[in-house]
Amino acid sequence: MRHPLPGLGLALGITWLWLGLVVLVPLAALVIRPWELGPAGVWAVVTEPRVLAALRLSFGAALLAALVDMPIGLLIAWVVVRYRFPGRRLLDAAVDLPFALPTAVAGLALTALYAPNGWLGAPLAALGVKVAFTPLGVAVALAFVGLPFVVRSVEPVLRDLARDAEEAAATLGATRGQTLWRVVLPALGLALASGVALAFARAVGEYGSVIFIAGNMPMVSEIAPLLIVVQLEQFDYAAAAAIGLAMLGLSFLLLLGFNLLQRRLRRGLA
Amino acid sequence: MSIEIAGLTRRYAEVAALDAVDLSIRDGEFIALLGPSGSGKTTLLRALAGLEFPDAGSLHVHGRDLARVPARERGIGFVFQHYALFRHMTVFENVAFGLRIRPRRDRPGGAEITARVQRLLELVQIPELARRYPDQISGGQRQRVALARALAIEPRLLLLDEPFGALDAKVRKELRVWLRQLHDRLGITSIFVTHDQDEALDLADRVAVMRAGRVVQFDTPETLLARPADAHVAGFLGEAVRLPCTLADGQARFAALPPLAVETSLPDGPALAFLRPVDLAAEPAGGDAPGNATVVSARHDGRGLRLTVLLEGTVLDATPAAGWAAPARGEPCRVRPLAARLFPA
Amino acid sequence: MNPAIGEPRWLRWLLCLLALAVLGVVMLLPLAAVFTEALRRGLPPALAALADPDALAAVRLTLLVAAVAVPVNTLGGIAAAWAIAKFEFRGKRLLVTLIDLPFSVSPVISGLVWVLLFGAQGWFGPWLQARGIEIVFALPGLVLATIFVTFPFVARTLIPLMQAQGRAEEEAAATLGASGWQIFRRVTLPNIRWALLSGVLLCNARAMGEFGAVSVVSGHVRGETNTMPLHVEILYNEYQFVGAFAVAALLALLALVTLGAKALLERLGGRRLAGA
Repeated sequence: MRHPLPGLGLALGITWLWLGLVVLVPLAALVIRPWELGPAGVWAVVTEPRVLAALRLSFGAALLAALVDMPIGLLIAWVVVRYRFPGRRLLDAAVDLPFALPTAVAGLALTALYAPNGWLGAPLAALGVKVAFTPLGVAVALAFVGLPFVVRSVEPVLRDLARDAEEAAATLGATRGQTLWRVVLPALGLALASGVALAFARAVGEYGSVIFIAGNMPMVSEIAPLLIVVQLEQFDYAAAAAIGLAMLGLSFLLLLGFNLLQRRLRRGLA
Repeated sequence: MSIEIAGLTRRYAEVAALDAVDLSIRDGEFIALLGPSGSGKTTLLRALAGLEFPDAGSLHVHGRDLARVPARERGIGFVFQHYALFRHMTVFENVAFGLRIRPRRDRPGGAEITARVQRLLELVQIPELARRYPDQISGGQRQRVALARALAIEPRLLLLDEPFGALDAKVRKELRVWLRQLHDRLGITSIFVTHDQDEALDLADRVAVMRAGRVVQFDTPETLLARPADAHVAGFLGEAVRLPCTLADGQARFAALPPLAVETSLPDGPALAFLRPVDLAAEPAGGDAPGNATVVSARHDGRGLRLTVLLEGTVLDATPAAGWAAPARGEPCRVRPLAARLFPA
Repeated sequence: MNPAIGEPRWLRWLLCLLALAVLGVVMLLPLAAVFTEALRRGLPPALAALADPDALAAVRLTLLVAAVAVPVNTLGGIAAAWAIAKFEFRGKRLLVTLIDLPFSVSPVISGLVWVLLFGAQGWFGPWLQARGIEIVFALPGLVLATIFVTFPFVARTLIPLMQAQGRAEEEAAATLGASGWQIFRRVTLPNIRWALLSGVLLCNARAMGEFGAVSVVSGHVRGETNTMPLHVEILYNEYQFVGAFAVAALLALLALVTLGAKALLERLGGRRLAGA
């Protein structure tokens, strides 16, 4: 098929070359190399208790973090879009901090903050809550990196939401609470859900911001990406690849299930 | 012949946007492509400009086949429906663009470019806007900039896509007259797309009526109105109402109107009749004879008094008979056909 | 505020205060902690830590890696956005999905894949070793891992904007006789320049701050294959807290500058868009 504007061939050529060399070939290695161990070998690697514990921690903490981010992200998006108050612009700009801050810096900062002698760690320790060097610390770090995804997913939809639907609900006698629950929240539902999914996907693979605060105790606070590093340090490439593939596969299945859920939700709305 | 289009076809998936279009246009003509949306008129225009490539057919301009030539080498001016002005350039730079991008050996010098752009801006009567940006001028002014920009490359053919579509009624009328005068002055072969029959009939030397990717009739406005090629053209042009009738004994017989004597080559039997408001005369009357109706509204439309009447559940536009000065809403009347265009049912 | 659909005043203020409190605890407190820890013993030790030869080498290496990775992804991102936004072709949706892929891959995996290809037991490892070419645990590996991680930034920033702008201006330029390069250079590029700059900035921030991926391919040789984030980790593990936090503070400053510049660019781009 011919195109009236020039440049498609060149642009597509560059794009596929770039994509192929930088992304597709390397990922093919990840998909192929684990099978050097044979199916049984791969299964043995990923069902090792230490690996299972790490996968459980990575996925569990990521899910917990994404769920915590949901109400917080909704709150921030709501006040940034709907209200005018001193500090609004700062709030809006600061939301992106976890995007821009190098993960190692975030990890270091959170560790300093939540360590038993830290600004937040000390009072929490007095209450008997230990954050740093526990699975809870992992969840805190993951919630930090995931928060912008929720805010930035909800914000544009909330901004475009026509106010007249809310006005119509008000004229029909709905209380403010009913309007929010029955008109606004359903309209935001999909965006909120996809924001949570993005936060979750990011959190599952997160490394830099976690390893400082996690304490990295095998079976307790060791995340799956760290196990890949451990395997690599022992030059067991196939095992490292197997764990990586397992992580990708699990994420993919979860996001697929989530997409199906989302599609049903959308159909329900339509 | 200046432009020869033969068998031009363009398909999107299974739908033919252009279905073997043939069209011959003479040098210096002002042509309208008229049709409802989706009839293929914009696709035809874009194919002429090289913004669509046809799947089949040929397209000769001054004897050269352009069907496979890219847009940039055609030298055809195109005025986009929403103008597509370069938003980051001033009006002056927009008009100068086509000259500045020429290869060095064909490019006029700086002073020459300035002079030519000035002349063009004067031609389209907006020399004072040279330093403004597109977002700082009105819709009508943008239209003039778009035209000047297209004229800057001295095109052999000028194409305009819905040139008045995005303008309000008053500006639209002004620009219409002005554009026709400009065409008569410059003499560039021009083709414009419109879905507004008034625009097409007022402005063009010849009108190509399009439907479903085909040109169904290509004629002067007078011929189109006097001798529409088929029921579709008749229905699309003017304000005629379509009524089924039966032909017998040199008469058209309607369900609710008095019969009308007609001369036609159509065989006896069912047919379609098209009646314009001037073909229907209404006079005050009562009773229960065929053609008895009720006045729904009466208004002056600039040319005279126009009646809308309700005839057995059908709403018709009619013309009051001479001497009926003040028909009132709700008044009974009788409607009589004076003439009709007939087509096979 | 519209009285019919507003919340009561007290609730509005409560929500705003709550959001600001979250901002303080979640965003600003960690940032403050970095700078406080860095300056715990005053400015001179922090500056000394930055002037350390290993630290300077890390800064140089970080700049070098970004100087290769960012242009590569900018070029690729522009090409992809041009194709996706201005043309219809088969496989477009697949292409869009694939471009996003690196965002959904763990940084560690982004490093791992290069080791699988070029490491000592990688597919091409022995071949490269025989010829004395080092990729993993050397500069090329750092660059490749960084390119992988920052792959989608520019394309992702440009595609929605270019799709919204449509292709009418490009078509107009074509009918006026402009070549492909002239169309891009004189029509497309001026319309996307702020977004492009913003995408490049984000790409650069991530390239300089990336930790997980480069950690896997680095080999952690001080003064040679340590980027700034890796240097932070090494200092921290050696209990040189002031030095670790000083380098971290420098990286945090980079993040703050990036955010500020991005906000500024959004206002510039927004104004032009709103005016058009």
